[in-house]
This record gives sequence, C-alpha cells and structure tokens, in this order.
Amino acid sequence: MEYRQRYAINGILLYVISTIFVAYLIFNILEDTKVWNALFWIILLFSATNATSKSFQHESDSRFLYIYTLISPHSLIIAKTIYNMLLIVFVGLVHLTFFSLLIGNPIENLSLFTSGLVLGSMGIASILTFISAIAAKTNNNTTLMAVLSFPIMLPLLLTVIKVSTLAGVGFGFEEGGIYLIVLGLINVVIITLAYILFPYLWRA
Amino acid sequence: MKNWWKILAFLLLLFTVIGGFLIEVPRQVILYETIRNLYFHVPMWFSMIFLFLLSVIYSIKHLSSSNMGHDLIAKQMVNTGIVFGLLGLLTGSIWAKFTWGAYWTNDIKLNGSAITMLVYFAYLILRSSMDEEQKRGRIAAVYNIFAFVMLIVFIGVLPRMYDSLHPGNGGNPAFDSYDLDSNMRLVFYPAVAGWILLSLWIANLNIRINKLKDKIEE
Repeated sequence: MEYRQRYAINGILLYVISTIFVAYLIFNILEDTKVWNALFWIILLFSATNATSKSFQHESDSRFLYIYTLISPHSLIIAKTIYNMLLIVFVGLVHLTFFSLLIGNPIENLSLFTSGLVLGSMGIASILTFISAIAAKTNNNTTLMAVLSFPIMLPLLLTVIKVSTLAGVGFGFEEGGIYLIVLGLINVVIITLAYILFPYLWRA
Repeated sequence: MKNWWKILAFLLLLFTVIGGFLIEVPRQVILYETIRNLYFHVPMWFSMIFLFLLSVIYSIKHLSSSNMGHDLIAKQMVNTGIVFGLLGLLTGSIWAKFTWGAYWTNDIKLNGSAITMLVYFAYLILRSSMDEEQKRGRIAAVYNIFAFVMLIVFIGVLPRMYDSLHPGNGGNPAFDSYDLDSNMRLVFYPAVAGWILLSLWIANLNIRINKLKDKIEE
C-alpha cells in the first residue's frame, strides 16, 4: 500500500545522504569512535522520525474509513510496523554505507555493529510507528511526535549505543551478545504492546 | 474509623522524621550522616512508581470501561507522581552535592529518573493537545500504558548492566552491603509505608478537588 509512494522513500534517502554530506563538510574524517557513534545515531534517529511520522497522516479520513471496513486493526498495525521496519533497516544500511564512505569507519567489529544496527532500527521503527499512530490523532502532530517518542526510545538507544561502542573498540559477539538479546526483547515488548493497544486507538 | 490510614500516614511520617534524625546510624566512609537521606530520598521514588502504577491500572480500567472517572484518576495520579519525582530529584541532587561533589552526574539512575520525568511531561502535553474528552482519555491511556512498560524495561533492566555511583552499586557502601543494620531498617520500612500513604492521600485530595471542579463546570 505504501510502496506506491516511492517518492517518499527516495526523499528519505536523499535526506540521509545530504545530512551526511553536511556532517562531512563540517567534520571531514572522524577518528574518534565516540563522536562517530553519536553523529551516526543522531542522523539515523532524525531520518527515522521523518520517515515514519507520515505513516498515519497521509490517510485522508474517507480512505481511513474504507480501510477500516476492509481489514482488522491488528493486521493494519502489524503491516505498518513491518513496512516501517523494512524501510528503516534499509535506510540504516544505506546510511552506514555512505557514512563509512565519506566520514570514515572506525568500527572494528563490523558484523556486531551491523546486527546491532538492524535490531536497533527495527526497534526504532516499531516505536515510531506506534507513536505516529498516537500523534496522528492529535492536532499539532509534528512536535508531539518527537516529544512523545524520544524519551520512550532512550532505553533502546542506550542499548544500541552500548553495542556500537563495544563493536567500535573491537569486542565480539561474546561480550555484545547480551545487549543484542536485550534489543531483541525490547522489540518483542514493543510489538506486543502495539498489537494489544492499537485497536483502542483505532476506535477513538 | 474511615480515615485510619491518614492517621497511620501521619504517625509513620512523624516517626520517620524524629527517628530518622535521632536514631543511631552506622558510620560509613563517604556517606557518614548523609545516609539519613535514605529515609527521604528513596521513598520518594517508591511513592512515584507506586502512583504511576496505579495510574496505569486506572488507564487499563478506562480502556475497558470508557469510564471518564477512571481517566481523571489516572491523570491526577500522574500529576501527584510528578511532584514526588521532582522531590526525589531535589533531595537526591542536594545529597549528591555533598557526597559526590556535584548536583548532577552522568549516572544511569539519574538519567533514568530524568527520562521518567520527560515521559510524564510528554503525557501531560499529549493530554493538553486534545479537546474532545472521550478521545483524549482513550489516547492518553494508550500512551500511558505504552510508556509505563517501556519505563519498567528501562528502570528494571538497564541499571543492572551499567555501574552506578549509588550506594550499593559498583562497590559503593550501602546499608545492605555490610551486615543488616536493624536500626536503619526500623526507620526505613515505616518511612516507605508512610510516604506512600501520604502520596495516596495527596492524590486522593487532588482527585476529589478535580471531580468537584468538573461538577461546577457542568
């Protein structure tokens, strides 16, 4: 359903790339893992917020009602979440590629970093999908989106940054594995909550 | 005696204040007399979490019954909880100034409490951004439940993975780490019960005031 709006995906990709380019012009090449991590995740976070904030707003009311008659809210939220997950993971991987290309890549254990990135992006995507469903119901939704989602996302972000710091200094899966499990669990919790709570939002 | 628990709260807190300042405490390095802050700082967080838990319970009730009274209770519980959270931050940061030398440190528990405050401020902003009562109650309840579960994940899981400056973490002394100090427990448990009862009392008053306000408006 949303794949039809392909210009949106291209827009997000361009957004990511131009932000990276701005960062590149400022920093040139970053050697410091800490700053690298911070910059990487901040850019990804804001692109993800931009990418998903529209996911419940494009629907005009009549179309909303039409979908409502066709499918159950459960399948709608799951479909939206899966779509956004794929989108954000894709954006994350593109982001990683360009980021390493321009700003350099001080990460020593790339496989741990990438698995952290994939799980982290999935978590970010599922939180943002649910929050954008909430924000779409209110009047001033763009600011509200950030206000509502950032504090909730922090546990996830802290874990993900822990993983990337570990990967940055060259630790392997033995040390980072526990954090990956935590990330996976957070994902499961978010999706279960969204699945249970979304029908109530839908009826409102 | 309908109001026995209010009298109990009063007596417990009276005991906390008197006993907390006068009863002998173990002298430990770094902490010394500031250990008495345990009777005031820690129960603030317990009361806050307790109120937020009640708020979530009422949010769930509201979702299943659409009763506006439950929504009002949930909101006022959050309001009161925020006050206790701010008091917890205040007592904590004054204590930290004298033990750690700074009002704020980059400690996982401090960040956790700051995030908790942010989440519940966001909850209040979310509420104020909607006018329609039924819709507001429902959406706020959904956010409340979602946020609370994420907070439990944050508070319950993450601090165990990081070292904290707090007594009892990272090799810092606390009253548990040596032998159980029965004097401190004697004051601490009544203090927790007393503060929680007091927080309930305040929340109760808040709820009643707002119910009356609603009636006047009608």
